[in-house]
Amino acid sequence: MFNFTIRRLIFTIPTLLFISFVIFFILDTAPNDPTGNLPLTIPPEVREKIRVSLGLDKPMFFRYLLWCQQFFINEPLNMIEQWFDITIGDGERLRVQSWATRSPVVDLVVERLPQTLWVVGMSYVVGILIAIPIGVISAYKQYSWFDQIGTFVSMLGFSVPTFFTGLLLIVIFSVQLQWFPSIYDTTLRVTDWDSFVLQVKQMIMPVMVLAFFNAAQISRFMRASMLDNLQQDYVRTARAKGLKEKTVVLVHVLRNSLIPVITVIALGVPQVFGGAIITEQIFKVNGLGQLLIIGIQGADIPLVQTLTFIFAVLIVLFNLIADILYGLLDPRIRYD
Amino acid sequence: MTETFIDESQNRSLWGDVWAQYKTHRGALAGTAVFLFILLAVFIGPFIYDVDPQYLDIRAKNQGPSWEHLLGTDQLGRDMLAQVLQGGRVSLAVGVIAMFISLVLGTFIGLMAGYFKWLDGPLMRLTDLFLALPLLPLLLVIIMLFRDTLRSMFGPETGIFLLIVFIIGITSWMNTARIVRGDVLAQKEREFVLAAKSIGTPSRRIIGRHIFPNVLSPIMVSATLGVANAIITESALSFLGLGFPSDFPTWGRLLFDGANYMTLTPARVIWPGLAISLTVLSVNFIGDGLRDALDPRIRGR
Repeated sequence: MFNFTIRRLIFTIPTLLFISFVIFFILDTAPNDPTGNLPLTIPPEVREKIRVSLGLDKPMFFRYLLWCQQFFINEPLNMIEQWFDITIGDGERLRVQSWATRSPVVDLVVERLPQTLWVVGMSYVVGILIAIPIGVISAYKQYSWFDQIGTFVSMLGFSVPTFFTGLLLIVIFSVQLQWFPSIYDTTLRVTDWDSFVLQVKQMIMPVMVLAFFNAAQISRFMRASMLDNLQQDYVRTARAKGLKEKTVVLVHVLRNSLIPVITVIALGVPQVFGGAIITEQIFKVNGLGQLLIIGIQGADIPLVQTLTFIFAVLIVLFNLIADILYGLLDPRIRYD
Repeated sequence: MTETFIDESQNRSLWGDVWAQYKTHRGALAGTAVFLFILLAVFIGPFIYDVDPQYLDIRAKNQGPSWEHLLGTDQLGRDMLAQVLQGGRVSLAVGVIAMFISLVLGTFIGLMAGYFKWLDGPLMRLTDLFLALPLLPLLLVIIMLFRDTLRSMFGPETGIFLLIVFIIGITSWMNTARIVRGDVLAQKEREFVLAAKSIGTPSRRIIGRHIFPNVLSPIMVSATLGVANAIITESALSFLGLGFPSDFPTWGRLLFDGANYMTLTPARVIWPGLAISLTVLSVNFIGDGLRDALDPRIRGR
């Protein structure tokens, strides 16, 4: 198991490097000009100077290596410096700069990260908490009315796109009933009970939209996994021993059924971040997804490159976590 | 007893059996009905309800439903129903063509990886790499970067249509490839393949004539999932403002445009959204029914 983990970890490094190169390559070969959005009155020689100042006169491979150095070496060193309050070397390092805001990309990301994590994380937790009981009950009472309705609702959950459920919720709860605000206010600080209530109110809709989508998928997996386990011999043994039905289902079956579901949950995390791009756009949450959209619209290549790569890191990382967790939790699956 | 025997010997065929099983799946039948209805509405509807979706009538802007405009009008007085029908054509066309591209790619890669051992490793690594790419951000980036070039090459509508169909196609083949590869690996160990090999059939023909028909059922199921996925992806891109231009409506684009007028005319959000959801839901139900109907282990029961 340890060997496997090490091998997988080592394999992720070329994978990530390759992905970062693919992203860089796509962004670079694209036929568009970063100075294209500037006013037409700027004379061509100034335009050329702007291009040079952005580092665009260098060959592509050189710029890729520069980005790698900035992202993989300089930024982590900066982070270590900030955390431990020490200086390494002369402390003067080039950082990945956003073209639009002229500030380091990583600072922008750090600024936006909490909102995304709150909304996305909360929705995932809520989704899991809804999905597991539904999955357990629909498997235990297979083909009952509860199961039928559950199947239909989960079909609905992954057929109806989040941008429609989001808008629908806004129409119903913000426009018609006026219960919740339709725009997420990120300047709100939770200091007392009232502001806490406000925070909960503005989080309900974005969280629910994502949670519904997640719950739909996870509850299907939970149901299938429960059904597999309920047929097993050890369940009959447990019942024959005279264990209470509750113990059999909730301790013996549930624990074993959760093993594949946990890997599914881990694999779903990056997907949820992707879904958050849309949800953030609907509810005007200023998180990472919105930052990406702004970057794309403003042709801010370094920002887009870094953010897209962070999404890729999330995918690779959670794939790794899922693989390792599966091996750790299920003794039948040991990779060596 | 005799009767059923005669019955079966006369009428049973593979597709007859599949249909018999498919009929028992109520969700799938309902899905088929809804999907056919949407298809008819979208492709024949505009001939019956012949209002020009681009006709501007500023005096009749932001109206609710009336006899003149069955679903109301938008902020420029364009008829909503005509726009939804027109948008459906594009959305469905994107869904079907993108699915077709991804299916052809996925099936080809799956067949190659499953049948030729020396291709298995590299092709599956490629599949893993594609699976590790952050697709939505990449799609957005690619559209942003290549939009203008393609527009000037093929005209605004065709250019963006080609771009969207093509990139959805080449970024969604991975699951098909994996499933097909798994099935091919199982099929190629079977005796009939050995028999075909032993009489000297070339690989090309073994794959085409013996293996491909046997892996057709997972391909058909992933075709339905592919349509649903492509429609959702296209609407998501249009919803983020990076899909089709606004004078060339698709369901996602209508939703995006309608979102700004949500408080005034909520119906502008409801109808296109409902159209996307119903289409995807019905396609998913069809896929569910097909999966059951094409699986011989379930079919016998």
